[in-house]
Amino acid sequence: MRSTLPTVSLTGSLLWSSPAWAADPAAASAESPLNMTAIIMFFAFVAVTLGITYWAASRTKTTKDFYAAGGGITGFQNGLAIAGDYMSAASFLGISAMVFAKGYDGLIYSIGFLVGWPVILFLMAEQLRNLGRYTFADIVSFRLSRVPIRTLSALGTLFTVILYLIAQMVGAGQLIRTLFGLPYEYAVIIVGTLMILYVAFGGMLATTWVQIIKAVLLLTGATFIALGALHHAHYDFEAFFRSAMEGVKASGLADHKKVVADNKDIFAPGGLVSDPISAISLGMALMFGTAGLPHILMRFFTVANAKEARKSVFYATGFIGYFYILTFIIGFGAVVLVAPNPHYVDAIKGTLMGGNNMAAIHMAHATGGDLFLGFISAVAFATILAVVSGLTLAGASAVSHDIYANAIRGGNVDERVEMRISKFSALALGIIAIYLGIQFEKQNVAFMVGLAFAIAASANFPILILSIYWKNLTTRGALIGGSLGLITTVTMVVLSKTVWVDVLGYKEALFPYKDPAIFSMTLAFVGCWLFSKMDNSAQARAERALFDPQNVRCETGIGAVGASGH
Amino acid sequence: MNADPVDKRLIERIQKHPKYRELVTKRSRFAWILSGIMLLIYYAFILLVAFTPKSLGTKISPDSVISVGIPLGVFIIVIAFILTGIYVFRANGEFDELTRQIKEETK
Repeated sequence: MRSTLPTVSLTGSLLWSSPAWAADPAAASAESPLNMTAIIMFFAFVAVTLGITYWAASRTKTTKDFYAAGGGITGFQNGLAIAGDYMSAASFLGISAMVFAKGYDGLIYSIGFLVGWPVILFLMAEQLRNLGRYTFADIVSFRLSRVPIRTLSALGTLFTVILYLIAQMVGAGQLIRTLFGLPYEYAVIIVGTLMILYVAFGGMLATTWVQIIKAVLLLTGATFIALGALHHAHYDFEAFFRSAMEGVKASGLADHKKVVADNKDIFAPGGLVSDPISAISLGMALMFGTAGLPHILMRFFTVANAKEARKSVFYATGFIGYFYILTFIIGFGAVVLVAPNPHYVDAIKGTLMGGNNMAAIHMAHATGGDLFLGFISAVAFATILAVVSGLTLAGASAVSHDIYANAIRGGNVDERVEMRISKFSALALGIIAIYLGIQFEKQNVAFMVGLAFAIAASANFPILILSIYWKNLTTRGALIGGSLGLITTVTMVVLSKTVWVDVLGYKEALFPYKDPAIFSMTLAFVGCWLFSKMDNSAQARAERALFDPQNVRCETGIGAVGASGH
Repeated sequence: MNADPVDKRLIERIQKHPKYRELVTKRSRFAWILSGIMLLIYYAFILLVAFTPKSLGTKISPDSVISVGIPLGVFIIVIAFILTGIYVFRANGEFDELTRQIKEETK
């Protein structure tokens, strides 16, 4: 499969891809020959997951089953599912590729993606479980006025979900074309169809198991690749890093030559973040964006109680942290085992075959041969499926639970109708994702995941955390603050280099920073604070009076929605 | 507004219960301290990256190629995991026991 690999650029691989990462659609037009091992393994995965979906469908009878898997997932299972939801193909391939090309900078991203988790645990996990039912809007509208707050939260959810979905779909199409030799459109349609099936028929139960299986496969596969890399150095870290350093010096790849020419140390930060404002802003988006991602927040409603919710985060943090350490080893391992092998190198372009994002995939071949390569390719496909399914379920829930059941019908709905609407929303979201995935094939969508994180950090997170902790938050304050966060994020990203220059083709960016979080988050918090403080309406007083009962439920779980029998 | 179904007098009883106040004070102090530790470590790291990237490239010993940044980065990942473990251990033990007593005594 290696002779005609097209370039894979995992769009949205890391938050704001630098130009070296940006999509290279022109280079990605050729198709590879079919990779049979990978296809057979992938079909095995699909067969198992569809079997699970069939089983889950028979157990999905109520809205509680559909949105929250009946609340019967254990902390350990949920920890794995969260890890499965969070470790995307983009972070697997993207971070190991960044370590491969630039060294230490990859680790800076990993750390940013991880440190949000402890904060979610300390400040949010049990509160989410005790106050919410199916979506994070449940928590915000616990005290605040239903219609406007649900609408705003649903909007924040849909923005985040659709941006994230497009980036995943485009990445999936390009990756699968490379790995499996399937045409781009087929790949996007297969991914879209499977995610609709999982979500519409199997609901949260099927989605959870897809994520658990994927997490186990990905962690196992990545462990073997990393062990292969360390084995080569006889498990001596000094020897391992020394050979990586020498590997860069001897490498013929363009990125490595640049590192050598600039006299950069691959074991030190390499100017990924250049000024303090960008550094802090990126850090904020990574950390608090995670705490505002609707598909992640939704996972906390699948466990029985606060105890299990806490355990979920403990296990998830362990798995995700372990995974990032593996990607770090895999990236440097690829410098040693992949870069010097002409078999993996596209000498004309000065990159790896299929682009540097393929570092981890080539590592699979270098450490385990054709069969293992097939396995890892299938795992990469499964990874995408697990992530898009979680996203689709979150989006569908925002439509059926927040907009239809609560904002429109005031909470008085027939469960069966609500579920039907949710299933049709999943279908509609799937079709939209397939359509946009195909439309955006040749576009640079690298900014979309970054934008999704920034919206999550600046619109969803502030109103959520304030509604839990700040007595004085009122509907008016939350609406104005949340909208300010949403609008400024979108505006600043459009005016920044990532969209204004890289996508729209203007010469100079109107907004100097790639990441708006430091400004948009601040504005959202100040907006919430100021307009809540100024709000002396009768409604505001009623909302403040509800804080104490809310806090009792938050702390003790009394009145929280319990688990059902299964 | 989702005014909750739990009866008002129960809420008041709980709020006045000394163990409830103890729970709220202890739990929130603990949660904010741990969050503070995590934020401090992370932003200290980010500021090192932004202001003195070279310092992270210092070798761990003269004859090694490994920079201090590598064990430091791994340490942050491990400490994040350990902090979650510490919180879960205390919350699922001490705090949940306190909650159980409150529920018992305010029935």
